[in-house]
Amino acid sequence: MNVITPTVLTYVKVVLIVAVVPAIVGFVIVLAERRIMGFMQVRLGPNRVGPQGTLQGLADLVKLVTKEDITPERAEKVVHFFAPVWTVVPALTALALIPLGPPIRIGRVETPLWVTDVNVGLLLLIGITSIGVYGIILGGWASNNKYALLGGLRSAAQLVSYEVPMGLALVSVLLMTRSLSLVEIVQRQQKVELWFVFPGLLAFFIYFVAGVAETNRNPFDLPEAESELVSGFNTEYSGVKFAFFFLGEYTAMIVISCVAVAVFFGGWLRPFPNVKALDFLDVVPPGVWFLGKAACFLFGYIWFRSTFPRYRFDQLMGLGWKWLIPISLANIVVVALSLLLWPGTTRGMIVLSWIYGGLFVVFFLLAKLRQSLAKRDRLAAVPAGASRPTAA
Amino acid sequence: MTDTPRLTQAEKDEAEYFARRATESGVPRPAAGSPEEPKTLFDVQEMELNFGPQHPSTHGVLRLVLKVDGERIVEAKPDIGYLHRGTEKLFETETYPMGIPHTDRLDYIAAATNNHAFCLTVEKLLDLEIPRRAQLIRVILDELQRLSSHLVWLGTSGIDLGAVTPFWYAFREREQILDFFEEYCGARLTLNCMRIGGLPFDLPAGWTERLSELVDDLPARIDDYEQLLTENRIWKNRTVGVGVISGEECIAWGLTGPILRGSGVEWDLRRAQPYECYEELDFAIPTRQGGDTYDRYIVRVQEMRQSVRILAQCLAKLEAGEIRGKVPRVIKPPAEEIYASIEAPKGELGFYCVSNGSNRPYRMHCRPPSFINLQVLPRLAKGHFVSDLVALIGTVDIVLGEVDR
Repeated sequence: MNVITPTVLTYVKVVLIVAVVPAIVGFVIVLAERRIMGFMQVRLGPNRVGPQGTLQGLADLVKLVTKEDITPERAEKVVHFFAPVWTVVPALTALALIPLGPPIRIGRVETPLWVTDVNVGLLLLIGITSIGVYGIILGGWASNNKYALLGGLRSAAQLVSYEVPMGLALVSVLLMTRSLSLVEIVQRQQKVELWFVFPGLLAFFIYFVAGVAETNRNPFDLPEAESELVSGFNTEYSGVKFAFFFLGEYTAMIVISCVAVAVFFGGWLRPFPNVKALDFLDVVPPGVWFLGKAACFLFGYIWFRSTFPRYRFDQLMGLGWKWLIPISLANIVVVALSLLLWPGTTRGMIVLSWIYGGLFVVFFLLAKLRQSLAKRDRLAAVPAGASRPTAA
Repeated sequence: MTDTPRLTQAEKDEAEYFARRATESGVPRPAAGSPEEPKTLFDVQEMELNFGPQHPSTHGVLRLVLKVDGERIVEAKPDIGYLHRGTEKLFETETYPMGIPHTDRLDYIAAATNNHAFCLTVEKLLDLEIPRRAQLIRVILDELQRLSSHLVWLGTSGIDLGAVTPFWYAFREREQILDFFEEYCGARLTLNCMRIGGLPFDLPAGWTERLSELVDDLPARIDDYEQLLTENRIWKNRTVGVGVISGEECIAWGLTGPILRGSGVEWDLRRAQPYECYEELDFAIPTRQGGDTYDRYIVRVQEMRQSVRILAQCLAKLEAGEIRGKVPRVIKPPAEEIYASIEAPKGELGFYCVSNGSNRPYRMHCRPPSFINLQVLPRLAKGHFVSDLVALIGTVDIVLGEVDR
């Protein structure tokens, strides 16, 4: 009897996700974040535990697990206990839908590199990830701490309002994919010979900005805003429960990055999947392409963190409601029109790619110009040789 | 005549606090029928929020008692004194030269200017002449200190608004500046680097050459910070229009330093009442008209550039000479009252000294810029968000050592 059946393999994959992802978070992403930020900030970052600090994750784990687990006296004990779980479980569940690569063969069984492919995958994914928000809100509320409460309130408003532009951005892509299944979305990008990031450039920007806001990362890290709310919603959390919040945040980052890769950047496909001349790129297995692209987004998260100041709460809401939602609505109309103009062909998408690409270049150059003009004005404001006559 | 005990505000607060602690939930619940009782679901209930003294961004041990409506500040009440050490009283118990180290502990991130203001006061009492070389070195030390103080301000107020990276760059340069102080007087923070009538030491060999190299580097480094912040849209969102105060109001509150200049008042003691050799130096007084947090940021950055210019000029003017004037062995100033002040990084730092002819001051009062600038915080914070409060504490640029003395 063969032990390796598809059912068994599914269970194996589930166990792998639950076991491996936290380890990746702890050992790779956190360390990479700290070292990269160290590099950007003219300092070293952790380099003492193990060679080049590689065992830092282990040390952190030991510290967090052995730390006293404090529940405030007047906290809602049950909610306080379950809130961190509530952030981690949806984030890990969402990973089940991520297609890392096409089916591979183990022995005689062919198995895909995803746990499950649901025909409403994207919808389910948005649904699951938005459940994670409750963990933060409830954790902040249950701590019975004013700072935590303010953090919870902020996240309630922030995460709910950024779900909307995120969903709308994905809708505009759905018009092109005609499917909600992540696997089919990736396969469709091979069929139309175009990554959806090109016709969906605007949608991608909106999606990623909203995604950063969804995961409470800089510059949208208001719910935990260290310098304002001490530590925000997780002020009263310590030890393993804090580690769970931490894990939840980083897993959510992975999910957002993976969805961006699958929907906009061709998933496991190599660049230009249909160009024969680039076949040598197939040396790199599809799963590695996927993870590499996801890593780029995680790097983007880290880059943001060390570059941007933090938005203020009202400005954050303003950005979401006054800019992102109207723009994403307009984007849906534009994408729909371009698809309607050339029905049945991919021509609309290509035209759209050129339009958005051109606009991107124009805006980029304008921003550069504005930057250099502003710098010139700034230096001219107080010229180096200027000084006023001394007072009599 | 009633026998009710007269309670101070602090005692009342304490009684109120314990009364509140006694309630079951820890959250004050207005009694039924009282005017504070919420009538409907939508009635506004203010929350009291204790901000500090142990808070990441109160820059020390400042405590603010906030009344917030949601996140909007209805009232902010600073509560100071957590770092009170009775410095002014200590001056009375010790001879004049023994007072200098105490001034280090006032504004502990700008010790040189504190030393300077104290020495200047006593020198004014004694009517001492300071040798030119000592004057120039004093100006160099002052401007280095101004740079390092502004760098600390730049880094920390960046962190307050979530911009972590400028902090590390600012502190890199600050470390270099502190290295110069260490080489000069052996200390990095509490410098004790000036004496009545001059300076304790001459400059070490090679010091000026190395400083010139740093001075050449600094403009490019300041450009780096500006690259990160000045045109950053989020930075501008967070600072433009936050904590606006007019020039007249600044004068009415007695504010000095970058806050005053950020509101368009061109007042700098280095120019208005020149001391040492500032008269012959060529520098501009940066001012801005807006009077908001962003303008104060620009003013401080521009001041750093001007400090670099002053440093370069002083280094060029340095020539060999005495570093101490003719100081009597025992300092016994005539019985007089004197006030002398300098432009410290945070504003006008002055000492008011009452001498009774003995070798100790009868009374020594410090006019600390931080303390007087801090008064305006409740006025600035009113109506802003809790997030803005953090920016405002940063922009007022306080050091609690000086506030509490």
